[in-house]
Amino acid sequence: MYRYIVRRVLISVPLLIGISLITFGVINMAPGGPIGISSDLNPKATAEYRERLKAYYGLDRPIYVRYGQWLGRMAVLDFGDSFSPDGRKVWDKIRERIPVTLSINLLSMATIFLIAVPIGIYSAVRKGSLFDRIATVTVFTGFAVPTFWLALLLMILFGVHLGWLPISGLVSLEHDSLPLAGRVADRAKHLVLPIFLAGFGGLAGISRYMRSNMLEVIRQDYVATARAKGLPERKVVFRHAMRNALLPVITILGLSVPDLLGGSVIFETIFAIPGMGQLFYQGVMSRDYPLIMGILTIGAFLTLLGNILADVGYALADPRINTGRTG
Amino acid sequence: MTAHSIFRETLRRLARNPLAMAGGAVILFFFVLALFPSVFSGHDPNRIDILKILASPSESHPLGTDDLGRDVLARMVHGARISLSVGFVAESIAIGIGLVIGLLAGYYGGRVDSVLMRFVDIMLCFPTFFLILAVIAFIGPSIWNIMFIIGVTGWMGVARLVRAETLSLKERDFISAARAQGAGTGRIMFRHILPNTLAPILVAATLGVAGAILVESGLSFLGIGVQPPTPSWGNILTAGKDNIEFAWWLSLYPGLAIFLTVLGYNLLGEGIRDAVDPRLKGR
Repeated sequence: MYRYIVRRVLISVPLLIGISLITFGVINMAPGGPIGISSDLNPKATAEYRERLKAYYGLDRPIYVRYGQWLGRMAVLDFGDSFSPDGRKVWDKIRERIPVTLSINLLSMATIFLIAVPIGIYSAVRKGSLFDRIATVTVFTGFAVPTFWLALLLMILFGVHLGWLPISGLVSLEHDSLPLAGRVADRAKHLVLPIFLAGFGGLAGISRYMRSNMLEVIRQDYVATARAKGLPERKVVFRHAMRNALLPVITILGLSVPDLLGGSVIFETIFAIPGMGQLFYQGVMSRDYPLIMGILTIGAFLTLLGNILADVGYALADPRINTGRTG
Repeated sequence: MTAHSIFRETLRRLARNPLAMAGGAVILFFFVLALFPSVFSGHDPNRIDILKILASPSESHPLGTDDLGRDVLARMVHGARISLSVGFVAESIAIGIGLVIGLLAGYYGGRVDSVLMRFVDIMLCFPTFFLILAVIAFIGPSIWNIMFIIGVTGWMGVARLVRAETLSLKERDFISAARAQGAGTGRIMFRHILPNTLAPILVAATLGVAGAILVESGLSFLGIGVQPPTPSWGNILTAGKDNIEFAWWLSLYPGLAIFLTVLGYNLLGEGIRDAVDPRLKGR
């Protein structure tokens, strides 16, 4: 297993280099290069600033040298200084936001998994039933509704009219003065709407995937065998069919990382959650290029990490995967 | 069975699927709106009337007016044109890129395949919405830029599909037969392999158009989608969000239009998938 993980990580090295090439390409995509655009469009770009940028990007050198420098900086997570008035290091700004975004995304993923898998199983077992039809329309509704629109409607209903749930931030003003249980409850209340929305939007992917896997597995010989030897249907479905249909879902969960991260821009903006998505949005609005490039790179890196974890999880769960133990 | 009767059989299966038909009907409805906007609303979508700011729905303005007194119905039907085009053009770009990359990778195999597929893997590492936002921040949010960037960040799924199909098709007898008759590589790829990959591409395209419309609305919400005064469902909805407490009509209709269109495309896509390959029924 250890060797498998090492191999899996090594395979990712070329991908990391590719990621750096694309982000480098994006910076240089702007007409006039990074300096032209930041001084044209960014009102805060003074002459002194331009010099700093010029030094940072080393624009007097050939492009491959600049790429080499960019790669070297990325390797030590040096994304330069933010354009914002505080001028802090981009990596410091991102680092303090990562835990918020990651924990919300993990919670959303867990919610999606716990709801979508049973829906998928039941839809497959009762294919074409009323439940299956209602579930199909419901999960697609979640996918098709513009998230921010539903978010606004729910904020107005639960936040403003009913007053049950807070509509912005991660904690209330009085959070720090609450006892431990109160602090947990306070946080939980703030997370209900964002996680419900992320979960509702993400149901379709996993539940449809689970449904089609189940339909596939149910046709297999070993399921017929299980039935033939007289096992109750419940056992056939949960013991024999579900386990095998569930495995590939691990991979799909890994693949959903980039969508969730991307979606966090909208959630965190709507609910004023101080995470990476909100930071990214602020960066885009103020054309804070070092920050944008930093978050883009970190986002790709987190996705890559999610894929590696999913593959390793799959290999752990499925003994048929050759992890190098036997050769 | 001839190609013609296979096509008819597929259509027949599609017609028997009520959800897919409902989805198709919704899309057709919005396309009719988009094609003949002036039939459905006599108002100019950009005519500002400061005396009628945020007027509720009435006989002269069936869906009310917006924060600049513009007729919401007129903006909705003209916005349909923009929103549907964004979806259509963006997805066409994605399909074009995905087709070429998938065909090349699948047909040539070997080093070409591994280089192209690594490129796909790399692109898939980027949270698409991050990449779109970053590029828009650099090149600016014009409608063409938006179509372009949604397209160039959305082709990877199609490339993988086409590659997989090409890999299995190129070993088939009819390809060898074509080659034996002296057909060149280009002819084999585009005349013999490509038409056989169209069914899965059509499914992917249907879902992709829906995705692109959603992305545009998300960009509009963040203020970097199609820029006003050009109406898009996304930016009408965004104008509505600021006035949601006093003017529900300004957010309800564009929200519903986006929702119904995206849902319609999804149901239609699922239906086509089931109809094209009955073996995959329910997948």
